[in-house]
Amino acid sequence: MNEIIGKPIDRVDGKLKVSGGATYSAEYFPKNMVYGVLVLSTIPRGRIRNIDTSQAERVKGVVGIMTYKNSMSLHFPQGTDPGSGKYAEKDLLPLQNNRIYYDGQVIAAVMAETFEKAEYAAKLVKVDYETESAIFDLKANISKSYKPSSGGSQLQLKRGDADAAWQNAEVKMEQTYTTPVYHHNAMEPHASVAEWNGDQLMVYDATQAVAGVKSLLASMLGLPPEKVKVVSLYIGGGFGSKGFTWPNPIVTAMAAKMVNCPVKLVLSRQQMFTTAGRRSETIQKIALASNSSGKLTVIKHDTISESSFVDEFVETAGLATSMLYSCPNVEISHSLVRLNKVTPCPTRAPGEAPGTYAIEAAMDELAYQLKMDPIQLRLLNYAEMDEQKQKQFSSKNLKECYQRGADAIGWSQRNPQPRSMRKGNYLVGYGMATATYLANRIASAAKATLYADGHAEILSATQDIGTGTYTIMTQIAAEAFGLPVDRVTVKLGDSDYPRGANSGGSQVTASVGPPIRAAALAVIGKLISLAVSDTASPLHGRKEEDIIADNGRMYLKNHTDRGESYTEVLNRKGLQKLEAQAKTNVSTREPQGSNAVATGGADAAAEEESKTNPAVQEDQNVDRKLYSFHSFGAQFVKVLVDPDLGTVKVDKAVAVMDIGKVLNLKTAKSQIMGGMIFAIGMALLEGTAYDPNNGRVVTRDLAQYLVPVNADMPQFDIQFIDQPDPYISPIGAKGIGEIGITGMTAAIVNAIYHATGKRVRELPVTLDKLI
Amino acid sequence: MGNNLGISNTDDEEPSSNGTTRRDFLAQITYAGAGLTLVPLLAGTKDILPQAPPPNAETATINLTVNGQKHALNIDERTTLLDALRENLQMTGTKKGCDHGQCGACTVLINGRRVNSCLTFAAMCQGKEIITIEGLAKGDRLHPMQEAFIKHDAFQCGYCTPGQICSAVGLVNEGHVHNDADIHELMSGNICRCGAYQNIVDAIKEVQNIA
Ligand code: FES
Ligand code: FES
Repeated sequence: MNEIIGKPIDRVDGKLKVSGGATYSAEYFPKNMVYGVLVLSTIPRGRIRNIDTSQAERVKGVVGIMTYKNSMSLHFPQGTDPGSGKYAEKDLLPLQNNRIYYDGQVIAAVMAETFEKAEYAAKLVKVDYETESAIFDLKANISKSYKPSSGGSQLQLKRGDADAAWQNAEVKMEQTYTTPVYHHNAMEPHASVAEWNGDQLMVYDATQAVAGVKSLLASMLGLPPEKVKVVSLYIGGGFGSKGFTWPNPIVTAMAAKMVNCPVKLVLSRQQMFTTAGRRSETIQKIALASNSSGKLTVIKHDTISESSFVDEFVETAGLATSMLYSCPNVEISHSLVRLNKVTPCPTRAPGEAPGTYAIEAAMDELAYQLKMDPIQLRLLNYAEMDEQKQKQFSSKNLKECYQRGADAIGWSQRNPQPRSMRKGNYLVGYGMATATYLANRIASAAKATLYADGHAEILSATQDIGTGTYTIMTQIAAEAFGLPVDRVTVKLGDSDYPRGANSGGSQVTASVGPPIRAAALAVIGKLISLAVSDTASPLHGRKEEDIIADNGRMYLKNHTDRGESYTEVLNRKGLQKLEAQAKTNVSTREPQGSNAVATGGADAAAEEESKTNPAVQEDQNVDRKLYSFHSFGAQFVKVLVDPDLGTVKVDKAVAVMDIGKVLNLKTAKSQIMGGMIFAIGMALLEGTAYDPNNGRVVTRDLAQYLVPVNADMPQFDIQFIDQPDPYISPIGAKGIGEIGITGMTAAIVNAIYHATGKRVRELPVTLDKLI
Repeated sequence: MGNNLGISNTDDEEPSSNGTTRRDFLAQITYAGAGLTLVPLLAGTKDILPQAPPPNAETATINLTVNGQKHALNIDERTTLLDALRENLQMTGTKKGCDHGQCGACTVLINGRRVNSCLTFAAMCQGKEIITIEGLAKGDRLHPMQEAFIKHDAFQCGYCTPGQICSAVGLVNEGHVHNDADIHELMSGNICRCGAYQNIVDAIKEVQNIA
């Protein structure tokens, strides 16, 4: 059998992307299109007393200005899938009234014949505000914190008796770790092009959830879902910012209706800082206790993060802590403070990214307190099972990750004494941490078609946000079809296709791979039955299970020369194509099974066909309630710190990841590396500054919000365990987009402590904190 | 093509007395440098922005040579080269990431040098040789830098990629690269949020023939 899964093939969309041929959402030009530019509020709270558009209207070429006074009414989103393309701020539908809840809120859209005119006119919109007092500083408003009602019981977790164990503990470590507001800053700004044809709406939108945005637009605009189509063929990164739906596609659709021609609306980089989400600031208090030999007796992880006055979002920093180590007494809590800022939303590894920073830095501190090697401490407290859920892990090879990572970074050369190692003038430090992220899977569907010319096609309404989904789905499909990769085309990013997973929670690979595989296998199954029942076929009368389909040919297991090509069967039968749909109703999320989304009959055909699809049935019959699904890994870094200037250079970074089966070594490495680089930003560079006087973002561009650049790169060594997870799916692959950022931030901070003897608990570790 | 390809000669916006233009304001931001020094500026945004429209924005006929092809565009004088390429010529291979010269996504080659097209008015480019990502391949044969980017997986989402590739081609032409560190440094004007940096360096090394 020609193995395609696992091969490090080049990206199938590579040629388009290197030649400028991949079309992102802002790159469509429907006839008579005009340009929309948003106007945002400049106060953090209050009301618009008056909005004067007269000057802006006088700019020639302006075709419309939409404010709360003249915009169409929207419906509150209903019955849409909260997990896919959720509207980000449920109590703040755009342009419906004059209330201002935060600085940078959408208050008007100006449409004009050219971008220049729209941008110019937008600056002429005059707003008179009635300002009310606002709060925007998390630390100053801790007294207003509350326990969120959303998110359910899993946000407040408890096992054993942490307080009692703390009283009697031999060794105690208690510290507070903070992370600032971070912004995703995907390179492609949020963009939409909306076009109405009668009551039919077409939107090109930069989104991580075409299917979700379609349902959302239909619901908010009061249209039947079949009247809305959303397309997103190429997305210039999302990292969570395009996972929830922000006002921009909705306003674009409203504007196109109002001016009666297609509208293109792209956020400016500055606007992305207030109207496209962010990661919440966190204050995390960790308490660890152990006996004198290092066995953990208490873990407490209390997180305070921000929410807004128009929705609720919890940065679930403590969730991973509940299962990370073996410990009898554990308490996890999450609280929120509502502030006059845009609502936070998922950001690459929501929860786990800041959470593993805090817990893994704390573990390092405890190791030093115990005078114990930090790897040793982790091995001593290794969790053989998820002690919170009392379930086995679906797969976990973390010990091997620690071992291989330590070898790769040269851990044995490390003198554990802080500030003891030098290279020239630089202080040298080594640090490590555990990485982990949920191994999510949700219900998904796909359609497979084999054509008489011998090529095959897959359709699924999921999308490739840059992760490599097109490529690995092509590999999965090619293997199931028994075709070479170049004969398979995977089409994604179109809401007309069977509904696939939204690109969030590292779930697309695990969720969409199985129905693609099952649908392709079903097509080949049909083809084989055609052959064996056809007297003209060399396979006539043979048992189906004795036939192998590979490389475009079907043949007998033991007589490889006895067979025929796919095209021969189809042509003889006069068939243009063979099709099959499959839907796998599988979820690893809690509570399991409940988020099999009602798709309003859209995937009814796929569901019906799947009842007799053996691949789907076998997959759905695995009892996943028995297992806790997570990915794991170990991160190791070596840093160089200039003792005089306090500058930190990550010199080498090693990740050994246990993410199940690796589908494509090349794209997998890139995903992990991208996550690790995000963590370099998180640890050393990034952080959004707000003006303490008026709650406005100060660092609202890429010259002031610093993300890692090429000169910040260490030498990377990225490795995989590459053992399939036997329970997640027949393919055995878990998601990979987010785990790379987890643990890495702590590994850097721990290495800085080792290099300098200074423990910085407030991210980012800028040079002023080290000198 | 739609009406976005340039509006015919009209005397657009009214004259202004003494307003500060958007670009002046941007320049002030840029000069202000580090974040917190901006506070007074941002706090006073309302006062700096034009109270009345600035002087007329004219349309003009601008001749551009892009990838060897000549184009005459009747466009707003304020149009940047980036917007002229993307919106007027509908050559969307060149990307807009920030519109402020801070990300490199819009990098094109002008007379062989790499330039941020968002910081360049189209009107400044008349008579110059502009090469964009669409102009690097020879027919169906990709430029060696494009091939190397694919081979080394030097992109993920692909949005920074046209700028990275143009920048990389410019870099090689400049002839200042002697080692890895030079590449890391001299490619630092091109941000890749997906984090393909190491692979970009590997791709450039292959084309440069540095071991
Ligand atoms: S778009 Fe020109 S540098 Fe960012
Ligand atoms: S490939 Fe996505 S930003 Fe570079």
